[in-house]
Amino acid sequence: MSVLVIAEHENGVLKPETAKVITAAVKIGGDVDVLVAGSNVAAAADSVAGIAGVTSVKLVDDANFEHQLAENTADLVVELAGGYSHILASASTTGKNILPRVAALLDKSQISEIIDVVDADTFKRPIYAGNAIATVKSLESQKVITVRASAFDAAGEQGPVSVESLSNGAANSLSRFVGVEQTESERPELTAAPVIISGGRGMQNGDNFALLNGVADKLGAAIGASRAAVDAGFVPNDMQVGQTGKIVAPDLYIAVGISGAIQHLAGMKDSKVIVAINKDPEAPIFQVADYGLVADLFDVLPELEQAL
Amino acid sequence: MKVLVPIKRVIDYNVKARVKADNSDVDLTNVKMAMNPFCEIAVEEAIRLKEAGSATEVIAVSIGDKACQEQLRTALALGADKAIHIETDATLESLHVAKLLAKLVEQENPELVILGKQSIDADNNQTGQMLGALTKRGQGTFASKLVIEGSNAVVTREVDGGLQTVSLALPAIVTTDLRLNEPRYATLPNIMKAKRKPLDVIAADSLGVDLTPRVELVRVDEPAKREAGVIVESVEELVTKLKTEAKVIS
Repeated sequence: MSVLVIAEHENGVLKPETAKVITAAVKIGGDVDVLVAGSNVAAAADSVAGIAGVTSVKLVDDANFEHQLAENTADLVVELAGGYSHILASASTTGKNILPRVAALLDKSQISEIIDVVDADTFKRPIYAGNAIATVKSLESQKVITVRASAFDAAGEQGPVSVESLSNGAANSLSRFVGVEQTESERPELTAAPVIISGGRGMQNGDNFALLNGVADKLGAAIGASRAAVDAGFVPNDMQVGQTGKIVAPDLYIAVGISGAIQHLAGMKDSKVIVAINKDPEAPIFQVADYGLVADLFDVLPELEQAL
Repeated sequence: MKVLVPIKRVIDYNVKARVKADNSDVDLTNVKMAMNPFCEIAVEEAIRLKEAGSATEVIAVSIGDKACQEQLRTALALGADKAIHIETDATLESLHVAKLLAKLVEQENPELVILGKQSIDADNNQTGQMLGALTKRGQGTFASKLVIEGSNAVVTREVDGGLQTVSLALPAIVTTDLRLNEPRYATLPNIMKAKRKPLDVIAADSLGVDLTPRVELVRVDEPAKREAGVIVESVEELVTKLKTEAKVIS
C-alpha cells in the first residue's frame, strides 16, 4: 500500500491542512509520498519533508502550476498516480476542484470529505449536512479521497526526508488565470484557528461586525459568519461557516446573533465548546451550545471584551 | 449557444434527514423532495443567459426514477426550453452521473453545461469536475459570477482565500455557488405552459454506461449527539465557566 497526498499551499507557504491530511494518510498505512505542485514552492516542499509520517516529497516547481488550476494539475496528478493505492487531498476549495477531475480521468469513484479512516478501504463521511454519518467501503483498486482536515489532528515533526524535483506536467490549454481578490487579514485562518467568533443576521449590518474585533483580539480568534450574514452582504464569502462554506472544529466557537440553521450547524457542530449569544431563547443554536446566553448582542459584546 | 443544465431531485433543504432504525440508510419515506438548491441556481443562470441573448436554448436534464420529472417540469416552468429524463432506478455515484451526462453532451453538444456545485444529500461536490474531465473541457467551479465574452466564459470562483477569476475556453463546464444569483419563482401561467413543453425520456441502459456500484454503503449512523448545555445568566458567569469548567480560555 502507498498513499499520494496532494499538498496545499498558498503564496509559496504550506497550508496547515496538509499535515492533517498526512495524519489520515498515515492511518491508511504504507508509504506516504507528498506532491507539492506550484510555482516557487521549494520552501513549501521543505516544510512537507519535515512532517512526521512522510516517506518522500515530490516537487514540481513550474510556472505551469502557479495558480493550481484544476485542468493541468489533475493531468499532472494522473501522470504521477501510477502505483499508488490511495490519492488524498484536503477537502478545501483547491482539493475539491482538482480531485474529482483526477478520479474521473483514472475512472475511479471518489469518496469525498472523509472524517475517519476505518481501514484501508473503509471510511466515514458526513452526508445530509452532517445529519447522518455514512460508513462507505470503496471497491476501487485505487482510491481517490478528499479529507475533511478539521476531523484530523496535524501530524508532528520529523527529521526531513528527501525532496525529489520532477519536471512533469504541461501548460493548461482549457482555462487561464485572470485574477484573485485575496482577503487580507491579520487574524488566523478560519480552518486553523483554535478560537472562532462568528456573526449572523443579528449583527444587522457589516459595520457592526467590527464589534467582534475586540473579542477576537483578546482571544486570538478568527472571525466567521453565517450564510445569512454573507448573503446580506455584511461580509465576504470566504468568512462563511457551514455545509457549503468552511467546515471548522475549533476548541471554542462563539456564535453571535446566529439562529442556527442546519446548514450552519453542519459547519461548526464538531467544535469542542460552543457558546451561543442570541436574544431569541427559541433559537436552534441553543440546542447545540454548551453555554447559552440569552441577551442582546449589542450589550454583550462590549461587556465580553471587557471581561476577557 | 446551447446550455445544458443537469438537475437533481433531493430532500427539501428545510427537512432534517433521519437515519433508518436498521442503520441501512437515511429514511426518505414520505419526506418532502425538491430541486437541489444549487441546481435551481444553475437553472436560473441559464435562463438569464437566454434572456440576455447569450444562450439560444436551455435544456434541463435529470437522472433518476420517474419522480424526477416533477423537478424537470419545475425547470421548464422556470424557463427551460426542453427537458430530458434519463430514467433509471439504480443508485448512482457521481462518476456514473458524470458518465451519463458525458454521453448526453456528446449527443447535444452544448457549449456550456451549468451544474450545482454539490447536492445537499450526498454532499459529494464531484459531478461537474468529473464531467469536465470526461468531456475534456475546462471547468469553473463554485461560481459566484459568470460572464460570456466571445468564445470564453469568465468565471469568478468562491475559494477559501477570497475570489478567483478564471477564463475558460468554450465549450466549458460551470458549477454554481450560492451567490451566483437569486432564483426566481415559477408563475402559475408558466407552470401551466410547462406541461406542454417537450420532455424526452431516455433509458439510462441505452447510453452504454456501466452503472455497477464502486462504493458500498456499509451503514449509516446518527452523528454523535452534543450533550445538552446550560443557559448562563451573565457575561461574567459565561467567562468564569469558560475559564474554570470548559478550560478553553485562560
